[in-house]
Amino acid sequence: MMTGMMPGTKILRRWLILLISVPVLAFAAIDVYEFDTPEQEARFRSLTQELRCPKCQNQSIADSDADISGDMRMRTAEMIREGHTDREVVDFFRERYGDFVSYRPPFDATTLLLWLGPGIVLLAGGILIVRLLRRANAAADAEADNEEDEDL
Amino acid sequence: MSRYLWGLIPLFIFAALALLLNDGLGRDTETLPSALVGRPVPEFELPAMASAQDSYDQSIFTGRWSLLNIWATWCPTCYVEHPYFIELARSGVAIVGLNYKDNDDKARNYLAELGNPYTEVLVDKRGTLALDLGVYGAPETFLINPEGKILLRHAGEVNARVWEEKFVPLMADGMADYRAQQGGPQ
Repeated sequence: MMTGMMPGTKILRRWLILLISVPVLAFAAIDVYEFDTPEQEARFRSLTQELRCPKCQNQSIADSDADISGDMRMRTAEMIREGHTDREVVDFFRERYGDFVSYRPPFDATTLLLWLGPGIVLLAGGILIVRLLRRANAAADAEADNEEDEDL
Repeated sequence: MSRYLWGLIPLFIFAALALLLNDGLGRDTETLPSALVGRPVPEFELPAMASAQDSYDQSIFTGRWSLLNIWATWCPTCYVEHPYFIELARSGVAIVGLNYKDNDDKARNYLAELGNPYTEVLVDKRGTLALDLGVYGAPETFLINPEGKILLRHAGEVNARVWEEKFVPLMADGMADYRAQQGGPQ
């Protein structure tokens, strides 16, 4: 379509410019948190990575734009400034949102398989490989013995 | 013989895994179990929508069965469930509304236009009580017994089906327990 000469182009271009600038506006709305020490800020970073957004499920509250994540970041920052430990912050959210809220689930009866499963599988696999290798070696040795016998 | 049995092990492992994972299929991962079920309503003090001078605390949840409904004018599903709450209120259910992160004027207009099913409306501008309740969006509805204990948290729309399936049985059980307690010592 040849629309280059039509007055609509100008309007279209304006729209494009507007659309392109939208992501920039979104980035401009980043929250600001102030901390007394760089150490507090580092703790805030790691805690917000470790806490999971209950609304969007597979994002940490650091990544998520959901309203609730903003609230949780704010509360995290507040608690850090008030001198609460990392453990206390995580427990605070766990009490309200359940174990789900932490990317590091506690070690208990319901999470036993989760924590020990990979180790058990690794161990079983290791034992299997060792056994297979031994058997293969034994077979190879026996064969080698036979060959030697034949040579003699 | 034992060799055949060994050969079946992968099959057993597969069957066990299939059973385990099948259990998780189709499970609703959107609604999280509430950490607060079985615990009392958290302490709070929030202004009333009717007049900013008045405030409410957790004591409004004792002495009667009540629902706590988290709503806002920015929440589309709240409009959907609103008529059902009006119906429930007419049938005598006490519903406390928590206006969540909303604009007061908009919220007042909403109630004026669509009707007010709430016995009390609390204003939670910053979402502090909502955070204490483990709320992550709107609407959410809690069922609270006369001791002020949370029996159920429901995320999403409340309608006749949800009411019958989730709320009514818990209230019936609760009433039976209550009667048993009252009638017990006799």
